[in-house]
Amino acid sequence: MGVKVEDFDLDRENTWCPGCGNFAILDVVKETLANLGLPPHKVQVISGIGQAGKMPGHFRVNTFNVLHGRALPAATGVSLANSGLKILVIGGDGDGLAEGGNHLIHAARRNIDVTYMMHNNMVYGLTKGQVSPTSDKGLKTPTTPGGNPIAGLNPIQLLLGLKASFVARSFSGNKEQLGSIIAKAIEKPGFAFIDILQPCPSFNKINTHGWFKKRVYDINEEGHKPDNLSEAFKAAMEWGERIPTGIFYDEEEERPVFNEALTGSQDQPLVDAELNPLDIKEIMKEHL
Amino acid sequence: MKDKESFSIKVGGEAGQGINTIGSILSRSFADHGLHLFAHQDYYSRVRGGHNFYQVRITSEPVYSFSSKIDVLVALDPASLDLHLHELNNNGVIVYDQNKIEPENTDKQYFALPMAELGEKHGGKKVMGNTVAAGAVWQIMGGTPEILENTLRKLFQDKGNEITESNIKAARAGADFAAENFFGRCDCSLGKPVNKEQMVLTGNDSLALGALAGGCQFISSYPMTPVSGAIQYLARQANRLPLAFEQAEDEISAIIMSIGAAYAGIRSMVATSGSGFSLMVEGLSLAGMTETPIVILLGQRPGPATGMATRTEQGELLFALHAGNGEFPRAILAPYTVEDAFWTAAHAFNLSEKYQIPVFILSDQHLADTYLTVEPFDLSAVKIERGNILKSKELDQMAEYKRYQATESGISPRAFPGQSKHCVVSTGNEHSESGYSTEDPAIRQQMAEKRIQKFRGLAKDILPPVQYGTDNPETLLLTWGSSYGACHEAVNKANQQDENIAVVCLKQLWPLPKEKLLEYIKRANRLVTVEMNSTGQLGRLLRTETGIQPDYAILKYDGRPLNSSYVLEQLEKGGTFPWE
Repeated sequence: MGVKVEDFDLDRENTWCPGCGNFAILDVVKETLANLGLPPHKVQVISGIGQAGKMPGHFRVNTFNVLHGRALPAATGVSLANSGLKILVIGGDGDGLAEGGNHLIHAARRNIDVTYMMHNNMVYGLTKGQVSPTSDKGLKTPTTPGGNPIAGLNPIQLLLGLKASFVARSFSGNKEQLGSIIAKAIEKPGFAFIDILQPCPSFNKINTHGWFKKRVYDINEEGHKPDNLSEAFKAAMEWGERIPTGIFYDEEEERPVFNEALTGSQDQPLVDAELNPLDIKEIMKEHL
Repeated sequence: MKDKESFSIKVGGEAGQGINTIGSILSRSFADHGLHLFAHQDYYSRVRGGHNFYQVRITSEPVYSFSSKIDVLVALDPASLDLHLHELNNNGVIVYDQNKIEPENTDKQYFALPMAELGEKHGGKKVMGNTVAAGAVWQIMGGTPEILENTLRKLFQDKGNEITESNIKAARAGADFAAENFFGRCDCSLGKPVNKEQMVLTGNDSLALGALAGGCQFISSYPMTPVSGAIQYLARQANRLPLAFEQAEDEISAIIMSIGAAYAGIRSMVATSGSGFSLMVEGLSLAGMTETPIVILLGQRPGPATGMATRTEQGELLFALHAGNGEFPRAILAPYTVEDAFWTAAHAFNLSEKYQIPVFILSDQHLADTYLTVEPFDLSAVKIERGNILKSKELDQMAEYKRYQATESGISPRAFPGQSKHCVVSTGNEHSESGYSTEDPAIRQQMAEKRIQKFRGLAKDILPPVQYGTDNPETLLLTWGSSYGACHEAVNKANQQDENIAVVCLKQLWPLPKEKLLEYIKRANRLVTVEMNSTGQLGRLLRTETGIQPDYAILKYDGRPLNSSYVLEQLEKGGTFPWE
């Protein structure tokens, strides 16, 4: 029995603004999960706080919506407890790079087996328009009334620097590319990161749908092969008139994923283990 | 050893000199001799230098506290003499290396033992001088050589035969030297050994063992004194049991990882101390809101901020009670002896899953680092009760699963993601029964009441306090945590002098066992709280919850542990009144 897109439907009021990039991303995620034949109860979505963080409220899967910036540690715990779940971590640029920056570094280092979709609209949406770590220099926001004095952070460079297993960028306006990248990320064992450019029609009047549309191009179509880290860095340097998207890096070497590295000698997911106090008898004997 | 006898041996020296080696060899040997043991360490937050000590007390009856007086002082540095000579009993012996220390001539019994020299000669290395010292002390106390040698085999087996044999030779050399050269008198004869199976555990060991017996499957933590011992113990057992350990990047991550793991269905805990727990506070609140069961081992040390890293205090009671934004139920347990730490830890997991709440184990540095002899735990008495978790059959038959389904008790049945056809939906936002966020005022009120309702059940399910001493006391000491040890001995000493006192120790501080407490308090003439902080936190909590004000408090907050002499002294003086 196949999995249908409708299996993921959830009838709840959606409060995203008209024209928000999140709508397209949500559609693509549902389609991709159905295409991969992953039933809702085997999919775990974990999110922090922000407009992207509200996504779990709009499709039917297992969802754990935690605190601002803390989706990745929660996902780390879930993946250890039950390696049988396909885990998607969803959050915005503020959630992932500001409040959750430290966790992002360590989730990549641990190589936790998740797909991390960072919806990047280069501004804070939920709290109404403040500057974000990825906001371009000069962007005027309520907390940078004179224009953002600092250049935006390039998440692709950061993740390449962390040698994440899979590093890609896509755009909410290119559903086809986005779907294909999300599918590859889900199938990739280990930490798969996607920087998803999306417009915020309410609070970012500079980096609009049209602005992105005019600039994005697919590096893989232009010949970039994702097996080389230095080439990936080179491709990631570009930002401005042309914005590179596609798969920058897809590590060839097989690296153990975190839950296997940590619980490798266990023959079943921890959640299925029987607990028995008598099992500690041998450990107790060591104290005699 | 005669009835009611108690001897203490103190090993003093700089960090890195091997105080621990001598202390551990002797402790293990005393345990195998069949004696009760209470050993504690005093150390600075440094890897080398400073003055540290390891003090072992052996008794015929169990004790839970140290003595101010010592019978044998092994001095590895000159400071040991300056600081501890006055603690020596009349017939006490000072063992020292004459090549390192030149003691001033006093009327005390000095025994010069060329530790390093004998260590090098018989054990191959100067550092074997520590084992030489252990051998000599064992001989002076009339210990059986086989017991000591057996200890050395146990302690050094992992390091190979050669090292084990060298240690045995060094110990023999120390014993022989003492037999030939010590002609003094030591009123600390061990007497005949008694065959008894005993473990030597620290509070941290016992907490870790209890967590394991209680089915802990995941611990995520950031290293911090005084819980590192417990964390490392669990890290060593990972994969021997269905257990994972991860050292998190910070305490924020540690608690959120544990919450994630618990949401997905495994028993999870974190361990930290005050300032680390400060970082965990938002996570605590998330556990409260999402009704995710986690166990928090909070090992107290003096604050504020970094405070004194390796010292002891009981200053986090009200912090643990009030931490976290919003209102949600929690429980606070406090083990009072090393043995009790095991049962408390195992119980914490049951309690936390039964009510789907965060549960604290409030330990302290003194309890964490204290060694005690404990008989092997009866593991068949440990029950794992996971609370209301739906079985797969039940889930199969359900048309819909709601994580926060309304019930009379406020406790909703749990299911775990991926374990059935249903999706498990949870959020730190206010939510409906199905787990999706909402701002509906009626639902908000319903959910707030659901969380409070759980507290009502919890408040009827409290570990009773421990009572020791007379039934209708003139003075009732009310205490918690490791301070019990000092009170227990103070009660013994005072009642031997025909006084009439008792101690009640709270094993659970929240919810407070009000009814039980009132019964005890009613029967006493005077109520005195005993705790290691400067503001009398237990007394304050008691007043808030019951309206009862203690007559006075015995407080200590110099970072050093409490003992019975201090309690008795303060009882005489009338303590202090911190609640003006």
